[in-house]
Amino acid sequence: MSDFMSMLLTPEFFFSILRISAPIIFATLAAIVVEKAGFCNIGIEGLMMFSALGGSLVSYYAGSWFWGILAALVVGVLMSLIMGFFAFQMKTDIVLVGIAINMMGSGGTLFLCKVITNITEGRAMASTTGLITKDLCIPDITIPLVNKIPFIGQVLSGHNLLTYLAFLLCLLTSIMLYKTSLGLNIRAVGENPNAASSVGVSVLKIKYLAIGYSGLMSGFGGAFMSMAYAQGWSLDMVAGRGFIALAAQAMGNGECLGGMLSSLVFGFAQALGIKFSAIGLDSNLASPIPYAVTIIGLVIFAVSRNRKELKKRSSAALEKRASSQA
Amino acid sequence: MPDEKDAFAGEYVVQMKGITKVYPNGVAANQDVNFNLRKGEIHALMGENGAGKSTLMKMLFGLEQPTSGEIIVKGEKLHISSPAVAIEHEIGMVHQHFMLVPSLSVAENMVLGMVPKKSGIFIDKAKAIEITRDYSEKYNLHVEPEAKVADIPVGMKQKVEILKALVRGASILILDEPTAVLTTQETAELFRELKNLKEQGYTIVFISHKLNEIMEITDRLTILRGGRSMGVYNTKDVTKEQISRLMVGRDVILELQKDKARPGDTVLRVRSLEYINSWNKKMLDQVSFDVRKGEILGIAGVEGNGQKELVDILFNFQRPSSGSVQVNGENILGKSQQKLREMGVALVPEDRMIYGIASTASIEENLISDRCGQKRLNKGPVFNMSAIHSESDKLIEEFTVLCKSRKQQVGMLSGGNIQKVVVAREFSNNPALIIADQPTRGIDVGATEFIRKKLLELSRSGIAVLLISADLNEVMELSDSLIVMHNGHIAAYFEDTADLTDAEMGEYMLELKHQSPEEIGRVCHD
Repeated sequence: MSDFMSMLLTPEFFFSILRISAPIIFATLAAIVVEKAGFCNIGIEGLMMFSALGGSLVSYYAGSWFWGILAALVVGVLMSLIMGFFAFQMKTDIVLVGIAINMMGSGGTLFLCKVITNITEGRAMASTTGLITKDLCIPDITIPLVNKIPFIGQVLSGHNLLTYLAFLLCLLTSIMLYKTSLGLNIRAVGENPNAASSVGVSVLKIKYLAIGYSGLMSGFGGAFMSMAYAQGWSLDMVAGRGFIALAAQAMGNGECLGGMLSSLVFGFAQALGIKFSAIGLDSNLASPIPYAVTIIGLVIFAVSRNRKELKKRSSAALEKRASSQA
Repeated sequence: MPDEKDAFAGEYVVQMKGITKVYPNGVAANQDVNFNLRKGEIHALMGENGAGKSTLMKMLFGLEQPTSGEIIVKGEKLHISSPAVAIEHEIGMVHQHFMLVPSLSVAENMVLGMVPKKSGIFIDKAKAIEITRDYSEKYNLHVEPEAKVADIPVGMKQKVEILKALVRGASILILDEPTAVLTTQETAELFRELKNLKEQGYTIVFISHKLNEIMEITDRLTILRGGRSMGVYNTKDVTKEQISRLMVGRDVILELQKDKARPGDTVLRVRSLEYINSWNKKMLDQVSFDVRKGEILGIAGVEGNGQKELVDILFNFQRPSSGSVQVNGENILGKSQQKLREMGVALVPEDRMIYGIASTASIEENLISDRCGQKRLNKGPVFNMSAIHSESDKLIEEFTVLCKSRKQQVGMLSGGNIQKVVVAREFSNNPALIIADQPTRGIDVGATEFIRKKLLELSRSGIAVLLISADLNEVMELSDSLIVMHNGHIAAYFEDTADLTDAEMGEYMLELKHQSPEEIGRVCHD
């Protein structure tokens, strides 16, 4: 047991937590912004799949990871705006639109990949893993000075460019939500769309901006999956991260900092699962760990929120009584 | 006397001429209505629920478009296609349901849609607070700029709404039933503020159906009935009786004709009821009383003194901590609502939209919802539709529910008619006991009168009625005997309400006066 603990307390393990958390953080930010605007985007998983495919293909054809990222973002935003069009203007239930995007993100991407690349022979499963070489992936960054610090340097330095960006975007998204008029409008539309429209804020425009932002974040997440986490796109590679993000959003109470911390919890769980199978634990036992953690996390979150609410209500009742007596 | 309209045409800031509004479903909310505003007046727009007051004002504020007719604001003929256009022409509206975002601060709500910025992107919070403070002082409307809207009292929310309109440059303010949510003190304060605004040259439309308020604050009034204008009057030239006749088309009997009750056996017997809520507050404290056949027992008291908890327990929405409740000698605590109904307990709930009706279902479906299992309405495994139709048509007629057909959605009716649907169902299924919780809250004069008469009629036919009402007039006029609740216990019992005065009641409601336990104990007729 102590052997195992010492195996966990290595810099490599902590490094892997940050790396594994990055795509979950992107997806969580995508979930947070739309939730603030008053709806739930369950299509993040599918958006990430499309972005991952688009990114890796463009990276290959243009011969540059930079164009790859850009393409992933464009695909993410475009697909999210299409979702918005069906949900907001064609009045389809956004959950159904999300389900459609997720199913297309699974089967549709595979079809597109086969049609576009046609590199796999006959009936073999299409993927872009053979096309993306190391130099077409998004580069890792060594932070000077920090990398010299023992232990911490090994944990914090040498990550992928997008991993750093994920954490930075938590801060930027929080600033966008709380310090800019766009954020104010998003929160107003999410809470009371009538209030927003009665003072001339276009609810439709704000909803498009919110879902577009969530497409942008999904684009980063997708790019990370196919050009950093793995080399190239393969079927169902996002593997539920888009759904875990919805849980992380709820567990983080809809806030960026909370969402980031919850993502790290899920990242930890996944890293742990990988570690378990590395030491020979049956992977059938190890692979459910992240999902079990998701459920436990949500239960803890729900219980604590209920407690908080009860407290708040009772203090409100006390206040009311005090003021009515006064 | 109606005004000579054209003689004043020059000084009108708003003229709405020949306005007709027909909704796509064929309901005509307004027909050929003329409405005008003079600069600097407080103008009442009066009428029963469903008379078309709100619709008319929504058209002025750009939320609805008239089917025909024209709107002239400050001499300019306008097509007001959205609230933004209305705001541009200095028209502001304070809605009955506040248009505020609860989690944002007062200042943020104030500047929503016109946010002051620094360095081009960031919200300038200091500036927003400053704007709020400036306007708050200028118009003497006190608000706390930095408080969250969720945490401020209703009265202050309304001030925020008024300030929101003013900060957007409104000189014409539409207030939709502004006093419906306010306490007496808050109402008095609002009136002072409105008079102040009037002195500063603002024009105010005051939508209401409360006669006293109209008499107190308005200069002129326009009365709507059934979507048509009944004329424009100077407030000082008309009496309350005249207004009520114009509103409902007949003299409302404000004093109810009532013969003396001849109470029979006890129907509802409540003994030593106690209830402690989840925050450990004792909401009901040793409550005991009887309601007998053929009498109306009223429960008066300031809201929040245990009335809600009592009703919840009587209809099994809540279990008491201790005590007993019997109907005709049989325990009813913990019995399902269906069982309660079979035992003859009927409830007119306080919140009709949630507990009274299913708003998207039809009138008919709502009417039979408590009796659809009865044999006479079924043919084997399926409904006997013709029996159901005749049952609902009979009820609609008997309770004069104003609707197009029994198939109409209940939620589309006006408040008074929705309540009539509730009452029609609750009063008609052979009840032994009717619990009427705020039966006439927020509904128009006509429906109010109808429901009160019906309650009285039913009690005289031998049904026991428990009436809970925050409307002092109602509870004193209608009840044969009366208990006052304060802080979860019965503070007083009056065997006869005939020679009781408001002032005396008030003293017991606020516990300035006390009764001995023996006096209170007389409410148990053992």
